Amino acid sequence: MATTIHEPPKIDPHRLPDQMRSGNGGWRNLVPADGDLRVTQEYSPPPSSTGIWVALFAITMMFAAFSSALIVRKGSSLDWQTFSLPSILYFNTLILLASGVTLEVARRRVATFMGGMKTGIASPARWLYITLFLGLLFVAGQCAAWSQLRAEGLYLATNPSSSFFYVLTVTHALHVLGGLGGLIYVIRKLSKSALRRNQLVATARYWHFMGILWLYLLLLLWMKL
Amino acid sequence: MHDISAQAVHHHGPPTSFIRKHVFSLDHKVIGKQYYALALLAAFIGMALSWMMRIHLAWTNAPIPGLQLLSKSGAPGGVMTPEYYLQLMTMHGTIMVFFVLTTAPFAAFGNFFLPIQVGAEDMPFPHFNMMSFWVTFAAFVVLVSSFFIGDGPTLGGWTQYAPLNAVGAVAGPGQGLGVVLWMASIALFCVGQLLGSLNFISTTLDLRVKGMSLMRLPLTAWAWFITSCMGLTAFAVLMPACILAILDHVAGTSFFVASNLVINDQLIPKSGGSTLLWQHLFWFFGHPEVYIAIVPGIGIVSHILITNMRKPMLSHRTLIYSMGALAVLSYMVYGHHMFVSGMNPYSSLAFSFPTLVITIPSTIIVLIATFSLYGSRLRINSASLFSLGFISMFVSGGVSGFFLAQPSIDIMLHATYFVVGHFHLVMGVAAMFGIFAGTYFWFPKMTGRMMNETLGKIHFWLSFVGAYCIFMPFHYLGMAGNVRRYSSFPDDFLQPLIPVHRFITVAALLTGAAQLIFLYNLIHSRFWGKPAPDNPWEATSLEWSTATPPPWDNFGGKLPVVYHDPYQYGVQSSVGDYVMQASPEQVKTEHEEK
Repeated sequence: MATTIHEPPKIDPHRLPDQMRSGNGGWRNLVPADGDLRVTQEYSPPPSSTGIWVALFAITMMFAAFSSALIVRKGSSLDWQTFSLPSILYFNTLILLASGVTLEVARRRVATFMGGMKTGIASPARWLYITLFLGLLFVAGQCAAWSQLRAEGLYLATNPSSSFFYVLTVTHALHVLGGLGGLIYVIRKLSKSALRRNQLVATARYWHFMGILWLYLLLLLWMKL
Repeated sequence: MHDISAQAVHHHGPPTSFIRKHVFSLDHKVIGKQYYALALLAAFIGMALSWMMRIHLAWTNAPIPGLQLLSKSGAPGGVMTPEYYLQLMTMHGTIMVFFVLTTAPFAAFGNFFLPIQVGAEDMPFPHFNMMSFWVTFAAFVVLVSSFFIGDGPTLGGWTQYAPLNAVGAVAGPGQGLGVVLWMASIALFCVGQLLGSLNFISTTLDLRVKGMSLMRLPLTAWAWFITSCMGLTAFAVLMPACILAILDHVAGTSFFVASNLVINDQLIPKSGGSTLLWQHLFWFFGHPEVYIAIVPGIGIVSHILITNMRKPMLSHRTLIYSMGALAVLSYMVYGHHMFVSGMNPYSSLAFSFPTLVITIPSTIIVLIATFSLYGSRLRINSASLFSLGFISMFVSGGVSGFFLAQPSIDIMLHATYFVVGHFHLVMGVAAMFGIFAGTYFWFPKMTGRMMNETLGKIHFWLSFVGAYCIFMPFHYLGMAGNVRRYSSFPDDFLQPLIPVHRFITVAALLTGAAQLIFLYNLIHSRFWGKPAPDNPWEATSLEWSTATPPPWDNFGGKLPVVYHDPYQYGVQSSVGDYVMQASPEQVKTEHEEK
């Protein structure tokens, strides 16, 4: 798990001067027709920040569609059979929530490291690795839940309730795997001293969203299955 | 303009290899052209399919030469079976709606011009942008491949209604593997459009250059931004619907198939599913999709008309708000496609009201465009003619929407050609005219060469008259009770309508042939057209202040600074009756945002 970090990145973690980057439009930087530039705030959100919100919105819509399908499907038929959720799911929930905490710790350490405030931090990536491990543990735990259900004879097509259980949990797990890809990307960038702060922020936002989404799904499944 | 270090702001360097330059390009301009080429190919395939359908409807027993080569079982001896007619109809609708009307005005022009119009060097996520095109291309290949695999493409229509989309081959040819390929193709398409929308939204919000406030964005940029917001919401719902339908096919689930269903004398071994669920999920996407097709057109023709009127629209803001209102309302009206689906009649009422309300922003847009024309000295060229044609088609198709919005009338007209006439005019032809207008207008910037204006005007008049000859009679057919989705009309009461069908078919063939003029003009001008100056239309927005065609980083390493509202025409400046957005020149203007 060793990652070689050559040196703190030379790029100022705060924003580059206004004229050095695009993305500084907006009403704050309006140039009047007389060319007399008013005092402006040098702020507009970096694209990966906006991009991650946009992506999270799309994912929200997707799960909203699945959720409404579940509610309609349950209400429209008499063949819905309830079953109790595998208890390992509650353990998995704790793992995912813990990974959110470790990611926050990692974020603080990396921010301190990148800001150059403390040079003595030996391996700022350590907590990222712990988060990665917990994420993988969560996915493995979900796999265990699926095999437990299969052992009980509950397959994808057994009943609409099991169909929705698999669809929702597998789709969520795939998104978690995407988040793990993001973590690996961040670790690689950090090891090359090429990490930008907003990349880490975006990854963290996505990861926390996966946690919130899982809590919602667990509640939905617990209420409806 | 001020110097910047290209490396500091650009996300990728100039392309060096052939593959990076022309195939897996990260450059939004190349990706835009790739989308355009895909849409062009799809449009001609879709048109050829409609020709075959039209010939069959007019002369039902006449063989179509060569058709048996496409499908031996579907068209033995060149005469298509009713099932094959439906397969062609499905593919015509799917190809046109997804791969032409969504791809060309939004993905193609938007990719090419949105970053330039906001003053960026590229989209913020160029790799996603490249993926978005290639995923869309893969979706197209998967869709077209269904012609050649198994028993052909699905016959369920572009709406793929349940339960026939979920019961498998028992429902007819193409309902097994054909449906799976259709669903897979559309799910891929959704991924492509989601990636595209992600880029469009981030570009508009984050990469605007200094001075480019939101209200200084041209109407095209607004239209693409609003469309990408719609696409983000709509495609994110269609994709899970497709996944559920695929699972019904391949995994034995029953999301959409009701109990005790007998199809073709076979009891379907599934139970409990909801057929209405598919319609709700589909139309939650499907109605916004109509606006995804038309809103970029509204932006494009407004942009072009303003340039040729030499004055801004009566209200820039109202146009933007109206496009935004269309986007919001489009999610509240989708149930008007389901008036005859058997859903609760009170729901019909609830969906009917916003459907009538959505005519208000549409009318405002048309009225602003029309009254802005009043008193202007419109420069007549191919682009402005097609823009006027867009408004004409949008109004003609929109008026029939008033009737269809009312459940009591829709029950009579829903399954007839009245609806076919309505949506072809308001969304199909209007959006196509928007694409043509955009092509004639931006071709010089995209390729560095001018198109032939005479051929363009001939193309316009033939298309304009031809489109009305094709689609106006559809309304009369519908009112006469001519059902749609039928491959022939042997019933007695439909026999007197056959001459109308023949007239429509001849008009369709001639209008289709007129599109070959456009194709010739496009290809000929691309290689041998007159070299284009940087700003041939004396326009103001940022795409005209850079070189023609634009360099790989759009502005040659110098980002512009925006000093003016987008449409400062009718002023006196050193260059003429306009002042460009990037020009620091002070001119006397009215109502400009300070």
